[in-house]
Amino acid sequence: MSPGPGFLKRSRPRYGEGAIKVLLVAAALVSVLTTVGIVIALIPSAVDFFREVGFGEFITGTDWSPLFSPPHFGVLPLVTGTLMVTLIALVVAVPLGLGAAVYLSEYAHRRVRAFFKPMLEVLAGIPTVVYGFFALTAITPLLQDIWPVGDPPQVFNALSAGFVMGIMIIPTVASLAEDSMNAVPNDLRDGAYALGSSRMQVATRVVFPAALSGIVAAIVLGISRAIGETMIVAIAAGGRPNLSFNPLEGMQTMTAFIAAAGIGDLPTGSIGYRTIFAVGLLLFVMTLVMNLVSIRLVRKYREVYE
Amino acid sequence: MGSDVLDKGAATGMPEAPRLKGRGTPLRERFFQLSLWASLAVGVVFLVWLLAYVVIEGWPRLDSRIWSNFPDIIDPTNAGAQSAIMGTIWVIAFTALYCLPTGILASIYLEEYADPNRWWNRVIEINIQNLAAVPSIVYGILGLGIISRGLGFGQTVLTASLTLSLLVLPTVIIASREAIRAVPQSIREASLALGATQWQTIWRQILPAAVPGMATGSILALSRAIGEAAPLLLLGGLTFITFNPTGVESPFTVLPIQIFNWISQSRAEFTALASAAIVVLLVILLAMNSLAIWLRNHYSHRW
Repeated sequence: MSPGPGFLKRSRPRYGEGAIKVLLVAAALVSVLTTVGIVIALIPSAVDFFREVGFGEFITGTDWSPLFSPPHFGVLPLVTGTLMVTLIALVVAVPLGLGAAVYLSEYAHRRVRAFFKPMLEVLAGIPTVVYGFFALTAITPLLQDIWPVGDPPQVFNALSAGFVMGIMIIPTVASLAEDSMNAVPNDLRDGAYALGSSRMQVATRVVFPAALSGIVAAIVLGISRAIGETMIVAIAAGGRPNLSFNPLEGMQTMTAFIAAAGIGDLPTGSIGYRTIFAVGLLLFVMTLVMNLVSIRLVRKYREVYE
Repeated sequence: MGSDVLDKGAATGMPEAPRLKGRGTPLRERFFQLSLWASLAVGVVFLVWLLAYVVIEGWPRLDSRIWSNFPDIIDPTNAGAQSAIMGTIWVIAFTALYCLPTGILASIYLEEYADPNRWWNRVIEINIQNLAAVPSIVYGILGLGIISRGLGFGQTVLTASLTLSLLVLPTVIIASREAIRAVPQSIREASLALGATQWQTIWRQILPAAVPGMATGSILALSRAIGEAAPLLLLGGLTFITFNPTGVESPFTVLPIQIFNWISQSRAEFTALASAAIVVLLVILLAMNSLAIWLRNHYSHRW
């Protein structure tokens, strides 16, 4: 059949194409609805909570005992517990993660990389409940045995939880930081070498500053991970709210409190149930700020070099 | 330095050309490199130590009792994790059922249809990146407030798998997008030039090429879901359960939560039990990760 004069006519309308697009958009909107769902889950119950307790008491109070009578709703002990563990984790993860990133990006041979990169991925893939178990039953007893001066760490303590959490977030910090170092163009390195720089000088004075926004993004994302981590602290840092800056003591974090209250299966509408949402809202806002800063910084280095 | 050389030349009265000497690697360079190497080594040593520790602790308890017996709070020698293992299988199967189609369809939209200059597409983009970093316990709150109590699905396999699928959805989307992006533009152009519609191009050219990458990313996302415990603590996962799920309406427990439960017991027998269950969990994850890596190496396309 030879093509007639109508051969180049517009084909019949394809409704299927349009229907498929609608389906795809709907799937993409699920992620938006998730965020909306989180906000809807958090805000009304948190508002109910603040009507009863008062935002001032919540944010400045130093005593957190919501299930005692009389109850106290000062969230500061949970916040300091969270910050304490996060700080310890960062002291471990930032130098080790950045060191690993510089090594992988600037020094490692292909074969060395092929060995270490999967190792870091395995480290990232271990369930956090396993890290918590290890902190409680291996790291803490070890610390208690070798503790040189003063009182040894308590059975539940911020130090071993924070240390193990630091190891856990090394891959997060290292992989994002390495990405940003890899994005630094080789022209910069070549230029520096041509001027007689050593490898260390190129790494620390050329690549590191050039990749700085990505490195900061990696650290900020690490902070966000540490703040939001639940199982390690629930297992190894204890369940007692404790306004203390001594890492050898047990302390409860915001996440560990939410988990503990959630296990309790509190009745809907009770003040105890609402504390989950108030603390959850605070946690969500803190990590949201961190995440947005991190996303922003990553975008910045992508714009410059890619 | 340059003037130094000139001065010397002037002092001796002899013109002396500056020479480029090899000085070897200075000590601080070596020290720097060593400390970088050490920071990687710390992670590896820790990993080996952790794995050796759980295997040694769990070895005496690592036998068929783990998967053929049910939890027993009175007699730890008789306790097993069958209901938790079966619970994990149920929950993850339904998580995969919900999140994989959604995630893959969303990634097709974002890579093949969405105009990145439109503000709504940028919002979806940033939203996904943020969701990937929202703490898992917050997803637990979402599951508790909306799915479990709001929609009235209760403490069931259904609630758990819906919550976990929202949790890993960003990971699935990000991985599938990378797989789609790896398909060269020329394939699309060739297909469109031959008269294929956009969907025909996607269905017959892009998806077949991107499937191995998507499968790898999806398996890695699901293995994250298998290890997740925090959100399920809020959804009734810690209930003492001595029977296997029989449907999506069943109450559930999963392996990481059973492990958490045993860690919380003070008796030493339970610590060994927890270690043995951890080994089972890690073996499952290792198997899944090996499958993912095998898929990546075996089917990955070189363009």
